[in-house]
Amino acid sequence: MRRLAKDRLAGHLMALLTITSLLLVVAMGIGLYLKAAPILQEHSLWELLSASEWKPMKNQFGFFPFLMGTLWVSGLALLIAIPISLLTAIFLTEYAHSMVRRFVFPFLDILAGLPSVIYGVWGMLLIVPWVSNVAGPWVQRNTTGYTVLACGIVLGVTIIPLLVSLFIEIFSNVSHELREATFALGATKWQTAKHVVLRKTAPGIVAAIVLAASRVMGETIAVIMVCGNLAIAPGSLLDACYPIPALIANNYGEMLSMPLYESALMFAAFILFFVVLVFNLFSRLVLKKIKE
Amino acid sequence: MVKRSIIEEKFMKLFMYASIALVVFFVASVVLSVFKRGIPLLSWEMVSSLPGGGFYMGGGGGFLNAIVGSFYIVGGATVMGLIISIPVVFFLNVYLKANSRFGSIARLAYDVLFGIPSIVYGAFGFTIMIYFGLRASLLGGTIVVTLLIIPIFIRSMDEVAKTIPSELLEASYSLGATRLETISIVIRQIAPAIATATLLSIGRAIGDAAGVLFTAGFSDRIPTSLTQQTATLPLSVYFQLQSPSLEVQDRAYAAAVVLTLIVLVLSISGRIIMNRFSRNKIQ
Amino acid sequence: MSKLFPHSLTKGKEPFFVDHKFPHPENLRLSTHALSVYIGGNQILKFVNAEIPQNKITCIIGPSGCGKTTLLRTFNRLVDTIEGVKLEGVVMLGEQNIVTASASELTEIRRVIGLVPQRPCPLPMSIYDNIAYGCRIHGISGRKKLDAVVEYYLRAVGLWDEVKDRLHSPAGKLSGGQQQRLCLARSLAIEPSYLLADESTSALDPISSRTIEELFVKLKKDYSIVMVTHTLRQAKRIADHVIFMYMGEVIEEGDAQQVFNNPKHELTRKYLEGSFS
Repeated sequence: MRRLAKDRLAGHLMALLTITSLLLVVAMGIGLYLKAAPILQEHSLWELLSASEWKPMKNQFGFFPFLMGTLWVSGLALLIAIPISLLTAIFLTEYAHSMVRRFVFPFLDILAGLPSVIYGVWGMLLIVPWVSNVAGPWVQRNTTGYTVLACGIVLGVTIIPLLVSLFIEIFSNVSHELREATFALGATKWQTAKHVVLRKTAPGIVAAIVLAASRVMGETIAVIMVCGNLAIAPGSLLDACYPIPALIANNYGEMLSMPLYESALMFAAFILFFVVLVFNLFSRLVLKKIKE
Repeated sequence: MVKRSIIEEKFMKLFMYASIALVVFFVASVVLSVFKRGIPLLSWEMVSSLPGGGFYMGGGGGFLNAIVGSFYIVGGATVMGLIISIPVVFFLNVYLKANSRFGSIARLAYDVLFGIPSIVYGAFGFTIMIYFGLRASLLGGTIVVTLLIIPIFIRSMDEVAKTIPSELLEASYSLGATRLETISIVIRQIAPAIATATLLSIGRAIGDAAGVLFTAGFSDRIPTSLTQQTATLPLSVYFQLQSPSLEVQDRAYAAAVVLTLIVLVLSISGRIIMNRFSRNKIQ
Repeated sequence: MSKLFPHSLTKGKEPFFVDHKFPHPENLRLSTHALSVYIGGNQILKFVNAEIPQNKITCIIGPSGCGKTTLLRTFNRLVDTIEGVKLEGVVMLGEQNIVTASASELTEIRRVIGLVPQRPCPLPMSIYDNIAYGCRIHGISGRKKLDAVVEYYLRAVGLWDEVKDRLHSPAGKLSGGQQQRLCLARSLAIEPSYLLADESTSALDPISSRTIEELFVKLKKDYSIVMVTHTLRQAKRIADHVIFMYMGEVIEEGDAQQVFNNPKHELTRKYLEGSFS
């Protein structure tokens, strides 16, 4: 029968399409690893990660400054975004009328939709000057403004919508009966949120934060525009930094001239891929478990 | 005791209002600061002409090359993305049984793919292109952006397709329809989701810079073939801002306004579609 | 006149369906023999033997979880949509074993055995297209023919006068009772011999569910109807034949009068008295 042959053929094609698109993850991992292999043959993994000299022309590839840059920036961004997002999400789920929600959600939508480069422009227009003219002098430091602080603020804002929407989704899994039970004991809304909602959803909150962390670590253009791009491990918030994505993006033009240089950058991409993969797998599995 | 808890409540509420205010402030500040700086500089010449001679030293011209380049890449990637993702969503939700193991692994993988940063897509795409002897081009950029938005397409359509009541599919089967013939029902049911997913993907695709940095390159001209390099709006903003010349920087801000406007329009129409596009949908 | 096309508009002429697998189903009997259904290792149905009489309303009754719905969904193999399902035994439709039916035979079987869903479930399209959908799938096309089919079956379920002015508006806009009658018309339009109804009135208001019941009674001269119900009163009102199930087994099967008034089995008597449900 023609109809069934069609049905079956389409099924096979769709399965093929699905599997091929899934293999992208594997292909990416293998492809980047193969490209990174040459430098791993020449230098040990530990050496690459702990050395702080970055002089590709002299065959010195120390990733330490970039790793530290990523760590500082991501840490600060999370530190800024977590409290704001958590309080916003609690307010929206526990306190707000649907009217308020309908007012706030479009704002979060816009925040989520704005491209990275626009955040970069915003950072250069407002945040960098603010760091240079206000925050720097405040602690009596001279700074250009292109710092960990500026970078952290910009990145923090970019992940607020992701965190809020994840938190709201997690909080809405807590049953109303549970909330009512504590209200019935005379608890205030905040106490209920603190003792019931937050405690009940702690694993989900951690998972959401890990997911947001992976997002921050991969942010590229906004970071390049405000981080200062100095290959020295930052020692304070007012130092310039050079996170991994910025390293890759800034040097793509030159890398083809030297095989080992290319390999080093692809190694950086592989690290990023690997960390993001692990973080994503962890948090998605936790979030999925919570949903069930 | 009672008093303390009330005070705590009041304080926390205050903090919450402050957080909401901060979120609103951030949105307003991002959008308004870009607009305030860029709108006075925006002129018809800028959006309608190509960069003139000595453009990056402050010469005349506009960034039509970037606007057109972005539309080429986004258009191509959106069409290819739809062609690939609709069958996948259909396969996951109709051909596979509910709670199939393969289905849940696949969904997890798409979640992971969604989380992988575009710079990694770019780097990966670039190595593949070198392997095949391709240079940065419209084609390369379009392929990488397609890969980038496929997970967005699949995840957001699947989210809705999962909620299709099983009775609806069964009603179709019980009339003797095959799974393939049931596609028309699934498509009608998720039509609004396809529309919003498309807008979401366009928004992400048009704003992406890190993925096309390696793969599409940059050019002052409008590409006439798939193998030519092409400019994109975000990269146009980024490159022009790096120029020491103030006039060139001004153009970057103008380009940023155009990009922001496009994204805002997409986000607003997404909301409208969500509310309106569900004529035939069965709740 | 072929019994498979009871409502054929073209009486005496060519029926709507020309390339039909069961051309003259004078004796298209539906019965199960030692049917067992396992879902994920649990045996849901245990060696079920049942016979569906023709041109009667057969009610499958029993406490919830007894396998009524599974049995019903085995007749048109909708059980296949469940992950990890395994069928053993035989379900015969005429000469065709439903249990071992190939995919191509399956679409044909589902054509002969229609389903009225539990909740009203219009397809996401217009009223007209809801009815025409099944016909188009089975290769009926042509505006005039489809118009005739749509009108005929909407009349058959008493919906024509209510919707004739808005045939092309979305079916989701109809009321629950109207939707269910539309679903019934949709099933009838592909001219089945059997109709399966899975608690098809449970989601409706009392008046609408009465309308559906009356339709069933009217339709039984042309169709054999199998329905699952857990309201005993409904079964008593319309059943001609009753199958009582308990824990995946058929406990008693027989004429409705006999089962209700004079049950042979102790369990049946207790269930009818309301000792458990």
